[in-house]
Amino acid sequence: MSEQVIEYKKKDFTNDTEVRWCPGCGDYSILSSLQLALTKVGKKKEEIVCVSGIGCSSRFPYYMGTYGFHTIHGRAPAVASGIKLANPDLSLWIITGDGDGMSIGGNHLIHAMRRNIDFNILLFNNEIYGLTKGQYSPTTEKGTVTKSSPYGSIDRPFNTGKLAIGSGVTFLAKTIDTDPKHMMEMMVKADQHKGTSFLEIYQNCVIFNDKVHDVYTSRTTRDDNCLYLEHGKPMIFGKEKDKGIRLNNFALEVVQLGDGISENDLLVHDKHNEILAYQLLNYSNPPHFPMAIGEIFEKQDAIYNEDMVAQIEAVKKKKGPSTFKDLLYSGDTWKV
Amino acid sequence: MTAQIHESIVIRFSGDSGDGMQLTGTQFSNTSAVMGNDIATFPDYPSEIRAPQGTIAGVSGFQVHFGSTEIFTPGDDVDMLVAMNPAALKANLEALKIGGHIIVNIDAFNKVNLSKAGYENNPLETGELSKYTVIHAPITSQTIAALADVEIDNKSKDRCKNFYALGLTYFFYNRNLETTIAWIEDKFKKNKLMIDANILALKAGRNFAETSEVIVSTYSVPAAVIAPGTYRQINGNQATAWGLIKAAESAGLELFLGSYPITPATDILHELAKQKQLGVKTFQAEDEIAGICSAIGASCAGDLGVTTSSGPGIALKCEAIGLAISYEIPLVIVNVQRGGPSTGLPTKTEQADLNQALYGRNGEAPIVVVAASRPSNCFHMAYEASRIALEHMTPVMLLTDGYIANGTEPWKLPDLDVEYPAIKTRMIVAENENPETTKWTQRDEKTLARKWIVPGMKGFEYQIGGLEKDILKGNVSHNPLNHQKMSDLREKKIALVAENIPLQTLEGEDSGDLLVVSWGGTYGSVLMAVKRLQQKGIKVSHMHMHYIYPMPKNVGDIFSKFKKIIVPELNKGQLKDLINAKYPVQATGFSKMQGLSFKISELEEAFYNALKEGKLL
Repeated sequence: MSEQVIEYKKKDFTNDTEVRWCPGCGDYSILSSLQLALTKVGKKKEEIVCVSGIGCSSRFPYYMGTYGFHTIHGRAPAVASGIKLANPDLSLWIITGDGDGMSIGGNHLIHAMRRNIDFNILLFNNEIYGLTKGQYSPTTEKGTVTKSSPYGSIDRPFNTGKLAIGSGVTFLAKTIDTDPKHMMEMMVKADQHKGTSFLEIYQNCVIFNDKVHDVYTSRTTRDDNCLYLEHGKPMIFGKEKDKGIRLNNFALEVVQLGDGISENDLLVHDKHNEILAYQLLNYSNPPHFPMAIGEIFEKQDAIYNEDMVAQIEAVKKKKGPSTFKDLLYSGDTWKV
Repeated sequence: MTAQIHESIVIRFSGDSGDGMQLTGTQFSNTSAVMGNDIATFPDYPSEIRAPQGTIAGVSGFQVHFGSTEIFTPGDDVDMLVAMNPAALKANLEALKIGGHIIVNIDAFNKVNLSKAGYENNPLETGELSKYTVIHAPITSQTIAALADVEIDNKSKDRCKNFYALGLTYFFYNRNLETTIAWIEDKFKKNKLMIDANILALKAGRNFAETSEVIVSTYSVPAAVIAPGTYRQINGNQATAWGLIKAAESAGLELFLGSYPITPATDILHELAKQKQLGVKTFQAEDEIAGICSAIGASCAGDLGVTTSSGPGIALKCEAIGLAISYEIPLVIVNVQRGGPSTGLPTKTEQADLNQALYGRNGEAPIVVVAASRPSNCFHMAYEASRIALEHMTPVMLLTDGYIANGTEPWKLPDLDVEYPAIKTRMIVAENENPETTKWTQRDEKTLARKWIVPGMKGFEYQIGGLEKDILKGNVSHNPLNHQKMSDLREKKIALVAENIPLQTLEGEDSGDLLVVSWGGTYGSVLMAVKRLQQKGIKVSHMHMHYIYPMPKNVGDIFSKFKKIIVPELNKGQLKDLINAKYPVQATGFSKMQGLSFKISELEEAFYNALKEGKLL
């Protein structure tokens, strides 16, 4: 696509719109990380498009220096699908939240992943409706007291990663808003992946659900509660790198290194192993089991937008060049 | 035996949904078209794919109206009914003219079938059909006998009986067999036995009619005086699809359809999905909302974005239409109307979604609304809807309906270069523009349409959303006066479309006692009714509207020259209400809500009564 790699600075991806998230909102670090990530992906700025739905997170495109479309609640993947199919050269970032993407727009999200259209989906998960001022969302823990659940929510939450894998996603990663470096790395990897990339970001809503992810995102406790996955590397975590994950009769268990247990006993992460990915998503439950973050799953599969182009080209080749006039006079016609 | 000459004939083929009646009707229609008649057809099929065999619910019909004068409708009353079983007879008898002909397949009139159709006694024996001329034909047994030497199984032989029935009608109406034989030979070119079987059945039916003397006279419908040109048969949905393709080609754009299957609009998706050699992109979305949202996305990226649906699907798209209004992007929304509310009557026609098209959104959200009048006109109006959308940067709703979507007629192929020239879109040529001075918010003085700038154009990056925009800069604005200005602008922008559409025309004198105003698929019936009254010397004119919102500029002048206005509609008076709200007139309505189009006779009566009430007779 790009004849020459253009050197961009972070500033190229900002604009002069005043950013209006609440002070302390996790969205600021995500915005900054994406602006930085885009300087490293090697794409032309004019070919990058941000598409969002409705919600706090969905204000995102207004703050980017790229082409940006703020759409309607939940529909960003559908609009983005049309943009990508109209112009497959474009690089798309879908920005959605747990209410926008998992609730009102759940249908579009799963079908986008099923089709494997080549775009990136960033899910800002703060487990709450922020813009409508504090109602439980489809990722809120059962029992949470919110404005619409004063006696505790009785909704069971989604396991977002399992939903994504069940939908056939070909790239699944997670990151946290307090680790911009990791976040940026994951964004670059998501962009490099061909097909739908689903990157979930645990993001803090400082007003309505403050510190909900704290155990695995705060700088003091995250090392002991996050399992940073790296393909081909043993699953080690902890501030002192002294804990690991072991397979025990089909079950994953946390083990303390030393005392007869070494790195060789630990599971080695294989991002192409769907069963392992599923297990990690099942088990992640800090502080009982660390939150799996990083590139959890990746595979190559048929890409919808490429197949659409290929099919049209194949039919054109088979039937030869034609215009509407050919169609008009094709089949049964008669002269008077 | 000499043939009686008729100006036009209506024949309805009717049988079980597995009896091949759609095919039989199509063959009759094609043959008549090739023989020089003008034609209109309409299929009538059950909403269940395979309703129980032999029951009324499973009856499938196909009506052909062919004539030696111009034919505008598939016909009111039926001259000949072909009934393949008792249920088909029972379901269609009411449509038959007194004195009309019935060809019945007597083999199917057994106890079981009679009971399934709800007959206690065999109507062929009770005398209840004495008002009609009934031709008893052993269609099933004769077909099997005729195919005795063909080496196919009995089930396959049985399935040839529709060609036998067709052969009967070909004799009756002096049709020649060549067109159908050529079709059979092409259709079954890989199966010689089926070619032989179907041709034998066709000829056997014709020969039975000729030799058995069950038919005492035949009928002839001479060729019509038809404008010279190349013709083809087309139905409304196919014409809509083709109009969209032509518009995209004229605009130099790729066509993108985002759609979700729904009766009776799905055939547009089918048709466009076939035309990949022309670069057409079809996206069968996960739901109606994704259908329109993907089309909006495609338009944002520089395609001609289109979504197609019917009333219930349009209801789901309303929020997204508002987004397209807010974005000010070209978008074509096709509503092939059916009976409502809710799921309503999926396979029946109605024109009750006009209010939905005009008002079905939150906020002040005007769009352009146009409507097609007959099957072939769907081509023109689909092109027009696209042209307006592209020239004015606005969503346009095209209304058709089940009646014209499935109805067919011969279409004189247009001179494309003359009638459908290039469409100049608002898209900028990035290389010729300066990003510092060219902005998407800049508007054309005449139309107020903004510039169309799409991702990929270097230096023009902008952000847009459904939040209110500053009228000059385009960024988010909650300023009270700005919202007033933007609301006024959106209204004016649509109003200005009136400068870019043809003036309203009339059929008849431009002043008189009664003006009949119609829109959509009722065109043919209304025109015929008006013509009949005109022939009686009544001062009545017909104004059929293709452009409903905004209306052509001269509509008010036309209204002022008539003493009375009547608006017949297949709804409760939606266009009538719009006219009365916009113009200083008191139009009356004539409403029908039966899932059926108007009969010419009932319109004639309604117009006559309106004249009497107004003391104009």
